[in-house]
Amino acid sequence: MTALDGHVLPDWAPYGACAASAGLVALLLLAAGSFSVALLLACTAVVACIVTYSWSRAIEGPRRAKDRLVTLLILSAFALALIPLLSLVFEVAKRGIPGLSLEFLTSDARGKIGGGGAAHALVGTLVITGVAALISVPIGLMAAIYLTEYGEGRLRRALTFFVDVMTGVPSIVAGLFAYAIFALVFGPGIRLGVMGSVALSVLMIPIVIRTSEEVLKIVPNHLREAAYALGAPKWKTIVRVVLPTAFAGLITGVMIALARVVGETAPLLVTTGVVDSINSNPLEGRMQNLAVYAYSEYRTPGVFKQASYDRAWAAALLLIVIVMVLNLVARLIYRRYRTETR
Amino acid sequence: MPVTGAAKPEAESSEAEMKPPLPSTASSTVPADTRASAGRPAKTIETRDVNLFHGNFQAVEGVTMTVEPNKVTALIGSSGCGKTTFLRSLNRMHELTAGARMEGEITLDGHDVYGRGVDPVQVRRLVGMVFQQPNPFPTMSIYDNVAAGLNLSQGKVKRVDRDAIVERSLRGAHLWSEVKDRLEKPGAGLSGGQQQRLCIARAIAVEPEVLLMDEPCSALDPVATLAIEDLIGELKTKYTIAIVTHNMQQASRASDVTAFFNLEATGKPGRLIEIGPTEKIFTSPSQQATEDYVSGRFG
Repeated sequence: MTALDGHVLPDWAPYGACAASAGLVALLLLAAGSFSVALLLACTAVVACIVTYSWSRAIEGPRRAKDRLVTLLILSAFALALIPLLSLVFEVAKRGIPGLSLEFLTSDARGKIGGGGAAHALVGTLVITGVAALISVPIGLMAAIYLTEYGEGRLRRALTFFVDVMTGVPSIVAGLFAYAIFALVFGPGIRLGVMGSVALSVLMIPIVIRTSEEVLKIVPNHLREAAYALGAPKWKTIVRVVLPTAFAGLITGVMIALARVVGETAPLLVTTGVVDSINSNPLEGRMQNLAVYAYSEYRTPGVFKQASYDRAWAAALLLIVIVMVLNLVARLIYRRYRTETR
Repeated sequence: MPVTGAAKPEAESSEAEMKPPLPSTASSTVPADTRASAGRPAKTIETRDVNLFHGNFQAVEGVTMTVEPNKVTALIGSSGCGKTTFLRSLNRMHELTAGARMEGEITLDGHDVYGRGVDPVQVRRLVGMVFQQPNPFPTMSIYDNVAAGLNLSQGKVKRVDRDAIVERSLRGAHLWSEVKDRLEKPGAGLSGGQQQRLCIARAIAVEPEVLLMDEPCSALDPVATLAIEDLIGELKTKYTIAIVTHNMQQASRASDVTAFFNLEATGKPGRLIEIGPTEKIFTSPSQQATEDYVSGRFG
């Protein structure tokens, strides 16, 4: 065989090898009496690697064989990473769909024994997260503008350091912080929707700052210079040139921050309380939300246990759907408003 | 103009430090026959012993010259000799980089540009700049790009007036006929030459006194370059123009006055070697270094 002469495995080779390995492993497991899907997958992966490598090495040569082996290993790692995500979504969907119904989405739990829905929780989640966004976005955006356009020296370094620290704050601590502030003013035992928003914005602000800062840094300097050369003051340059250019990225950053906090349970548990009726006023009284609702339905089910559990799963499913929608909207907005900067 | 500082006498100050005294075209007085046709007199920029620093590093040393009204002054010289740095100091863009410093005196029509209490934003409204890479604002349409100068610096202008200004600027930049049907399209959708003319239209829409151009044609093909050079020839009847260029043929074609900058060695500051009428600089310069550069022996 000259150096350039080469034989190649047929196109169906990798699939054939995996199928054959799977079959072999299945037979062996059945014979040994310990069949399980996990064991099947794991052993198939190992056997398929061995089979593919040796087959390829015999026909194609060592280099190609190594290539195929590594490809298989990477694919296995990818599958391994994907398994938890897929199984999670599958489980939640499987258990949550029975709980979904029109009644679930439109009625609250006030006075309903063994029935009722999560409308109050849905409204609560939307209101609390909305108000949190209202607090976090201006603060985060202005901090990011300061860090990118104006900041220098020690203040800037200190700010960056503290923002980094804030990204690691545990969510329960954020909740206790919000509770402590309001308790100082209003007395202990206070529960308000807006407290939850404050707790969530403690978690949101560092994310908004980080992503906004990155996006603002990407705006090329020659655009700012063009504006300065026209005699624009600095603030006008930022508002009319830099921010519109970075708009798509800023919105994406906000969406990502929202998706992160929409499912937080611990801070909301201590700040917004548990209640059965719809309350859309964040400044008055307890407000239910999906995360706490799922928790309380599971923890303290009503007379009909299964119905409560179903509702808890359905609430969890609803949360996942909300996060997915937020991410999708973020992508769509980004694609629509993205500006090509040379 | 809210500036402080005494008005400078209009005496010959420019070339006192350069070797052979140059003829009277280097005078800083504004001859009556060069008054701008629109009734706006073009302004003169004078510099005296300007030194420019980036932190501790000195980029430009001891430049004394005049940018004359209604004329095109070309700044030529090899790479890194401080021409762009010097140009940017004329409209106070130099100080935007961290650690930048200017020592010396720069006056616009007798008023000190760097005086105490002088707002750099005001200076930049009077001295406009066109950059090497065309940089139209990507989020704005063609119309908004041209009107950007008005929106960003002067605030509200009536719609009717704005339309008129946009049309006048685009005509002035020889771009009107090509874009008049698509003014709402994004500014970034044009060819390189068109984008640069758009940037020129944007710069002249605010009617500056002086127009500075930093290698405006270096990113363009020869046909677009010729179009821009013709444009510059027309614009000089209304504005004072200073242009930095690497292209010596362009300097000899398009300018009236040429200033030659050079470095002694890398790491040394750039200095103005010679300034004079373009024809003289290119045919019979007084400095050996100038002669070497324009005849292509180096640089």
